[in-house]
Amino acid sequence: MSSGEVKLIGAWASPFVMRPRVALNLKSVPYEFLQETFGSKSELLLKSNPVHKKIPVLLHADKPVCESNIIVEYIDETWSSSGPSILPSHPYDRAMARFWAAYIDEKWFVALRNFLKAEGEEDKKAVIAQMEEGNALLEKAFIDCSKGKPFFNGDNIGYLDISLGSFLAWLRVTELAASHKLLDEAKTPSLCKWAELFCNDPAVKPVMPETAKLAEFAKKIFAKPQA
Amino acid sequence: MNQDEQVKVLGLWGSPFSKRVEIVLKLKGIPYEYIEDVYGNKSPMLLKYNPIHKKVPVLVHNGRSIAESLVIVEYIEDTWKTSYMILPQDPYERAMARFWAKYVDEKVMVAMWKACWGPKSEREKETKEAYEGLKYLEKELGDKHFFGGETIGFVDIAADFIGYWLGIVQEASGVTIMTAEEFPNLQRWSKEFISNNFIKEVLPPKQKLATLLKAQFGSVTSD
Repeated sequence: MSSGEVKLIGAWASPFVMRPRVALNLKSVPYEFLQETFGSKSELLLKSNPVHKKIPVLLHADKPVCESNIIVEYIDETWSSSGPSILPSHPYDRAMARFWAAYIDEKWFVALRNFLKAEGEEDKKAVIAQMEEGNALLEKAFIDCSKGKPFFNGDNIGYLDISLGSFLAWLRVTELAASHKLLDEAKTPSLCKWAELFCNDPAVKPVMPETAKLAEFAKKIFAKPQA
Repeated sequence: MNQDEQVKVLGLWGSPFSKRVEIVLKLKGIPYEYIEDVYGNKSPMLLKYNPIHKKVPVLVHNGRSIAESLVIVEYIEDTWKTSYMILPQDPYERAMARFWAKYVDEKVMVAMWKACWGPKSEREKETKEAYEGLKYLEKELGDKHFFGGETIGFVDIAADFIGYWLGIVQEASGVTIMTAEEFPNLQRWSKEFISNNFIKEVLPPKQKLATLLKAQFGSVTSD
């Protein structure tokens, strides 16, 4: 049942936190955003997610749901009669959405994160090559899933759009740091078009971190400790 | 049924991931054709049906292939809404089931494997992680028959490795993390899990599996 207060424990810079925020916006569900302070974990977080101690955590009538993609599915199923469907309706399309979402988290994002941590030109080149390979796969996945429509999910933003789209701000920060376009109009034209549409969607705009602010934040968290 | 509608599973006889798919198909009474891939040598069929990860299991249905065992399990659940359902109806319970299945996959299984056969320098750390992970599962199971309650469900299937493979892995590697004394719930659960008639049918023979594991990974004393 969809009644009960909704709270989300998270942080503005986290792509994983952005996912349930977009989902809640799509479903027009009001919620209280409880921001964690970077570098420390609140009592509420530790109590609500004792296993992983990580954000995001959705609290619905005080019951915690953890893991960003699982939270998105929960939101879709709980507020099923509100707003568009976040997961596709056909079983095969659902399987493809879940498959690619897992790929994005386990392979694609790992490459992106490795870039931000990479030291030296050789390392960076290797990660860029990895990312470009991943992007080519996602470009094809987009063409297959979207079937000519603007989003992975068709006419509206859905699970897979949210899964990949939540990384766009970090992708831009990485592009700035690399002085290298990772989403290239020539190589991945569909993804570039999709990215712009995603970022301008009313459910996304209010929760997408600003690139400049995120770049500053990234400098802070990836700064090397003083010798 | 025409060729396309037939379900095919590409798997490996010793793989817990592969068996998850077979277990669900059996529980739901869905007939399928099983195709054995080859250990140590990825078949052309595998490379065609799962070019991204090149791993089993792969399900082929209606001419299309699906990879990643838990994605396949949910696909089967979504497609065949027969009387035996793997996931609960309630969205919160479903989220919990997905959470624990993911936990088994990403934390417990990985840690267990590394604790038994990973680089020596990491084994102590991985053993601790595996132990902690199993403790969480022990608590989550409690005194329920299965993680799914009265019947075998999504988490039980995801935890098939713990239900059957773990004992054999512990014997083959000489590393013991899950003992009956410290994990009475999981011990009881695994006995019930493997005595299920459908599951029994698909589990790989114990001795054959032990031989395979020892051959693939050597003994824990070798470097």
